[in-house]
Amino acid sequence: MRGNFAKITKIVSAGVVAAGLLASASAKAAEDTIKVGILHSLSGTMAISETTLKDVMLMLIDEQNAKGGLLGKKLEAVVVDPASNWPLFAEKARELISKDKVAAVFGCWTSVSRKSVLPVFSELDNILFYPVQYEGEESERNVFYTGAAPNQQAIPAVDYLMSADGGSVKRWVLEGTDYVYPRTTNKILEAYLKSKGVPAEDIMVNYTPFGFSDWQTEVSAIKKFGSAGKKTAVVSTVNGDANVPFYKELGNQGIKAEDIPVMAFSVGEEELAGLDTKPLVGHLAAWNYFESVNTPDNKKFIADWHKFIKNNKRTTNDPMEAHYIGFNMWVKAVQKAGTTDPDKVIDAMVGVSVPNLTGGYSTMMPNHHITKPVLIGEIQANGQFQTVSKTPGLVMGDEWSDYLPDSKDLISDWRAPLSCGNFNVKTGKCGGKGTN
Amino acid sequence: MKIFRAIGLTLLFLLTTLSSSGAAEADLRAIIAKFATAADFSETGAIVRELTATGDPAVERPLAALAEGNLYVRAADSMVFVGKEGSDSIQLFDPLSGEAAGEASADDLTQIGVNNTLRRTIRDALGTLTLGSKDPTVRIAAADTMFKTPDAANIEPLDAAIASETVASVKALLEQARGASILVSDKPDTDKLAAIALIGARGDRDALSLLTSVEANASGAVKEAATAAIAGINSTLALWDAGQNIWYGISLGSVLLLAAIGLAITFGVMGVINMAHGEMVMLGAYTTFVVQQVIRTSFPGLFDWSLVIALPLAFLVAALVGLAIERGIIRFLYGRPLETLLATWGVSLILQQAVRTIFGPTNQEVGNPSWMSGSFDIGQLAITWNRLWILVFALAVFGVLLYVMKRTPWGLQMRAVTANRRMAASMGIKTPWVDALTFALGSGIAGIAGVALSQIDNVSPNLGRGYIIDSFMVVVFGGVGNLWGTLVGAFSLGIVNKFLEPYAGAVLGKIVVLVLIILFIQKRPRGLFALKGRAVEA
Repeated sequence: MRGNFAKITKIVSAGVVAAGLLASASAKAAEDTIKVGILHSLSGTMAISETTLKDVMLMLIDEQNAKGGLLGKKLEAVVVDPASNWPLFAEKARELISKDKVAAVFGCWTSVSRKSVLPVFSELDNILFYPVQYEGEESERNVFYTGAAPNQQAIPAVDYLMSADGGSVKRWVLEGTDYVYPRTTNKILEAYLKSKGVPAEDIMVNYTPFGFSDWQTEVSAIKKFGSAGKKTAVVSTVNGDANVPFYKELGNQGIKAEDIPVMAFSVGEEELAGLDTKPLVGHLAAWNYFESVNTPDNKKFIADWHKFIKNNKRTTNDPMEAHYIGFNMWVKAVQKAGTTDPDKVIDAMVGVSVPNLTGGYSTMMPNHHITKPVLIGEIQANGQFQTVSKTPGLVMGDEWSDYLPDSKDLISDWRAPLSCGNFNVKTGKCGGKGTN
Repeated sequence: MKIFRAIGLTLLFLLTTLSSSGAAEADLRAIIAKFATAADFSETGAIVRELTATGDPAVERPLAALAEGNLYVRAADSMVFVGKEGSDSIQLFDPLSGEAAGEASADDLTQIGVNNTLRRTIRDALGTLTLGSKDPTVRIAAADTMFKTPDAANIEPLDAAIASETVASVKALLEQARGASILVSDKPDTDKLAAIALIGARGDRDALSLLTSVEANASGAVKEAATAAIAGINSTLALWDAGQNIWYGISLGSVLLLAAIGLAITFGVMGVINMAHGEMVMLGAYTTFVVQQVIRTSFPGLFDWSLVIALPLAFLVAALVGLAIERGIIRFLYGRPLETLLATWGVSLILQQAVRTIFGPTNQEVGNPSWMSGSFDIGQLAITWNRLWILVFALAVFGVLLYVMKRTPWGLQMRAVTANRRMAASMGIKTPWVDALTFALGSGIAGIAGVALSQIDNVSPNLGRGYIIDSFMVVVFGGVGNLWGTLVGAFSLGIVNKFLEPYAGAVLGKIVVLVLIILFIQKRPRGLFALKGRAVEA
């Protein structure tokens, strides 16, 4: 059996090497360029979400070059394919930094891929821009989190549902895919709901496996839970492919948004593109950006995107905006530091402020998270979201949740003299541990 | 003469209604015009309530349009219109009369926003307004909304509606809605007790929901009656729940059967460990997508037939790819299971990436034809049409396949080759071609499974991945080489899975099923229905 496995691994790794060669062959460098690494899966299960982010990065780099590049040099994208394979993410990150000598890396989608590359980035001292909403409980010197922390997405979403506008929800179903992001987010939400006086029997938590496709039992359980005479809502952290059958089943079993609204944190324009959204009108999502936001910056971004991808039907989504913000912040920080040396750029990043696509400015905070507005949108028949609520100001990303006992005393500040990602204000020591 | 009189009467009727509504119409228009200046949802909501308060049935048109998101304000003159999206402009209609009022581009119009709360307000308002509708289905919908959102003010209009109602089933619903409204009013307890009895007899989840809130707020005899009624409903619902689990299990089983039945041929009959089986399913689903695309752009009227048209095409596409795989790769690898496994796994990766390159990595939208959308109720059991059709389809495919295998010369040759290749060859059967066609048949069946699965799952390059493990599980559990085994295996796994899920959760349920299968295979390595004879030994 051992020999067989050796054979399997040999074949697999040969294939992977071949794929890697293909990907990096296009990136043979001229000397006078600044290289930017793009670490997104182009094959495997996550390709569905991550390929778009690779494309948007290529577009942003093209645009920057058209504006004259950076520090008088042209930017050059180095694209690698970690193939939705978590350990491969670390290998590819190492390759980008050591072999291709990139100045910064834009990449990762799932939390597990981010966790897998963290040691590489701190060992080789480079920069990662992470563009996806995540569960928090982390702040690393080498990582800039341009997606939402739980307080920039989950908590405002629940607040909206509790408000009169959102339907004064009293009973909650927390439905998620079984992995770290939903589990931590639901832990935070449960603690938050209880702090708001929701009794334990009015909260139902349920998890399903990745790529789950038979939602009959879960949807009828939601229906059942919703028939207790109190206004009920579902908060969904269901991820990726499992969403389409979930929403199809909701539609077929006739759960209307007016009766039991579903608030999703992982469903954006891209996911809806594979669905007939007419039965889903009114179900909600919380993001920091919607394609439907009507600002001149956003209109230009969408037009540029359609031109770049040569398809007028391709949607834009929140992680794309996060890369847009992150890339512009990096450009500004490099200009400010006058070099692409990661150490200097990391110090220059804090305080950098660039326009976002929703008509405001996003600023990099000392905890390496950014300020963003929170938008709640309802699904429309055309597959777009209509904003029904927007936070009056910008919300600052809070990496250590105030609602988890382990992390409520922790803060992060990467400026000197503190320079610590997990400072415990109670004990006055650096090195606290959060929930995961 | 009669005709003239009729026309005269109609005219007279029209005249009187027109003149009497003249003033009212101006009032309505004044209220509707306010939509143009509403700053947020609560202001829009106030205008909706003002419109409803007029009690004029004419407000149904603008309100329904608002709920659908079809009410627009023209930027130039702040006039409010009902809009209908055309190809590149929006056609405008008068909000009250519904007369065409030209068209405008989307840039010149502002859509009046709605959210769930507003939609609910409108739905409730329309419920009261449409109580007198001529269409019984509209009246049923109205009774339903009024039941779900009981209000003491509804009692009077409901009394009037019950008095004039002629259809018995609608009348019963109206009485239940009236009962619900009585429960939230300050009517005497005797009326409330009667209402509880009426609603308890309804016995569904909406009744349960209503009674639970009554129980929480009431006291004395009413509370006791509500508690008793809830207990009654719960015990009937428990029975229905068991029935529901069985139905869900059968439905999951039919999906498993569809996914596995092609594999039952390639793996079960031929013994090829075909890791690219899931990709054949995916190809079938993508064929459906392409067919629907063509129909959408060229023959929109045929949309409901798209699946029927896609079936033979999906079979052909998958069968041809299967044929190419067999002729190109697998025939060199017979008798070497590990190499076959690796080669077909490689093929599956190539097919996935090819589809990703051609169609893009994102999900593709495959629509449900109208006859596969929605659900119907049997008692408290909601059965969705798409699941029902998939069950029927799975059984049909199984039946046809069984016929081909047992009753046709080709099936006989297939079985002969599997049982003893050399003997079959010496009898003059062209074994290589039987192999190739058998593999193509198995692949083609996987392709038509893809047509059905495109209705309930994602159409993405990863579609096949989700089914390959389950398919092998079904075939191995049911007994390799036995079609009946696959059938029984699929349905028993489906039902066991669905009975475990409510108690253990989806994640643990799946693990428990896997462990059970491992234990079962330890006891009976050849599965439920072991094939006897020399074929097994070969």
